[in-house]
Amino acid sequence: MTRPTVSYAIECAGLVKVYEGDPPVQAVRGIDLRVPAGICFGLLGPNGAGKTTTLEILEGLLEPTEGSVRVLGCSWEDGDSGLRRRIGVSLQETRLSERLTPRETLRLFRSFYGCGPSAEELLALVGLQEKADSYVRHLSGGQKQRLAVACALVGDPELVFLDEPTTGLDPHSRRQVWGIIASLRRQGRTVVLSTHYMEEAERLCDRIAIIDRGRVIAEGAPSELIAQLGGEHVIEIAAADSLPDHLDDLEQLASVRRVRRFQNMVQLTVSEPQEALEELLCYLRQRGIELQTLRARHASLEDVFLSLTGRTLVEADA
Amino acid sequence: MPGWQSWLQQLREHPLYQLTITRLVEFYREPEAVFWVYVFPLLMTVGLGIAFRNEPVVRVVVDVVERPGAEQLVQRLLGAGGGGSGRVAGFHFRVERVPEAEARRRLRVGKTQLVLLPEREVGQGEPSARLLYDPTRQDSVLARLAVSEALRHGIRRKATHGVREEAVTQPGGRYIDFLIPGLVGMNLLAGGLWGIGYVAVELRVRNLLKRFLATPMRRSHFLLALMLSRFFFTATEVVLLLIFAYWAFDLVIYGSLWQVAVLLVLGAWSFSGLGLLTASRARTLEAISGLINLVTLPMWLLSGVFFSYERFPQAAHPFIRLLPLTSFNDALRGVMLEGRALSEQPFEMANLMLWGVVCFALALKWFRWR
Repeated sequence: MTRPTVSYAIECAGLVKVYEGDPPVQAVRGIDLRVPAGICFGLLGPNGAGKTTTLEILEGLLEPTEGSVRVLGCSWEDGDSGLRRRIGVSLQETRLSERLTPRETLRLFRSFYGCGPSAEELLALVGLQEKADSYVRHLSGGQKQRLAVACALVGDPELVFLDEPTTGLDPHSRRQVWGIIASLRRQGRTVVLSTHYMEEAERLCDRIAIIDRGRVIAEGAPSELIAQLGGEHVIEIAAADSLPDHLDDLEQLASVRRVRRFQNMVQLTVSEPQEALEELLCYLRQRGIELQTLRARHASLEDVFLSLTGRTLVEADA
Repeated sequence: MPGWQSWLQQLREHPLYQLTITRLVEFYREPEAVFWVYVFPLLMTVGLGIAFRNEPVVRVVVDVVERPGAEQLVQRLLGAGGGGSGRVAGFHFRVERVPEAEARRRLRVGKTQLVLLPEREVGQGEPSARLLYDPTRQDSVLARLAVSEALRHGIRRKATHGVREEAVTQPGGRYIDFLIPGLVGMNLLAGGLWGIGYVAVELRVRNLLKRFLATPMRRSHFLLALMLSRFFFTATEVVLLLIFAYWAFDLVIYGSLWQVAVLLVLGAWSFSGLGLLTASRARTLEAISGLINLVTLPMWLLSGVFFSYERFPQAAHPFIRLLPLTSFNDALRGVMLEGRALSEQPFEMANLMLWGVVCFALALKWFRWR
């Protein structure tokens, strides 16, 4: 595979997409992205945030209402046949023909490219050799998803788009898909995926953009984003009786960076968990507060999303 | 040899071949679809063919009394080897051989329409008979006429009444002959609309159209494959139907077979254009089903599938003749039943082509790929 010398696989600026209707829906409200070549880039956000619309604009399947897109140094307006050969796409929901076998499906897709790995190589890559000749309708959800990923790879693409590759899969199947995606990156391809699982983004992606309501609200490496919280650990406490209303003085504790309340739970972002715990327990003892729950953990992208939007990803999905 | 093989390999890897073959494979793996496309039209032909077959109107039940000379009478009536029933001069005879007392009882209670009593032989073995009938019963009077007519024909083969009779029930003029081209047209139309229109919308609903669009696939390959695969089904279906009609109903094609073939290709192409146009915007299977019914039902009624559109008011004929299915049915009946050439039917041919061209142009313009 020859790698072109573009520093960015994707550059887009000022993307806006408005779906006509009554009222018109603004799915994307000004998105700028730069995806360096050779990395795995994640679009993380709740359902309806505009991830799929953004991806489909980048894939040249939707026209943006405003904004400019360059993919692998080319623009979709310059005629797409050359660019199409260099990218691979897996859409969010494609029902492949139920009565074809994975081998037949891959041969069909391969015929559009006229080159690239053989059906057998692709089946081996996604671990579907045993199912190569059973009908697609007899495959499990995870196997279908792996077949969809294989279909995205038939043209030996430099850039692969995967729209929610693991949504609805069980943990085992999810891990299998993760393995395939990690191997794509190792082969030097650029991968752009969307997900609403922060664990997936954290584990697979070199960089992520957190998207909410059609905008990028944060961008960077997962560790950078977590570091921006000011501390890498989270302590959550809940009391048997309701906690007193005024706990603002918790912020006075030396190691506590931030305090947030949810109903009768309090969440502290801390830099030094051991120190913070000692201070916290002392503080609670002084005030005679009895704890029901105490939980200390590493900060995650979930906490980043929460701190940026005031909602959890799960709440935002609902 | 290697050149030939590599050519075959290239063909197998060609997107048009792959798109066509996968549609064919998918179709044949779906038993219901095979039933509706292949078996159902045959069943319909059988059903309608039997329901509307041309039967002699008059059925005559005759009792022949078992006596010497009875067999000769029966032979005279039905011809040699007639057994117990037969068709003579437009009448359908059923003959029972019974003793005299039983025959008279059956005549009295109306179980038979006429009793033939063989009489002593006269002359050179000519059978002679007494004819018992009930002059107050219409069927009995009719039976008397039928039997004496049949016997007279039998006795003097060359009837010289000054009137010559000619039966006109040759293949070509029967209902089944009218029906078969209509069914072919109906199936072709259904093939274009369901086989192309519905399938295209189904692929759209499944997001597969969009998925294909994300590859370097050429749209023309996709549409052409859709048509080729459908044409393969339709062609086999029509050939099966014609062979079946030939075997079961003595179907005769008066015109040339290759003109029939040309017309089938033109019709299939024109109707696929119509199917594609119908499917160009629909986003749901409900919508496309409704649209297809909207397009096909009026044509099934008006275009002369089951009965001639001559039955509709004269004023409606110009409109009816503009419908593509009318043109197809008229042209096919022209070739099959009248032996006319396609060139003798310029209006039908032009109308069919125009529908195809306009539908394709609009469909390609409006077709929603995502």
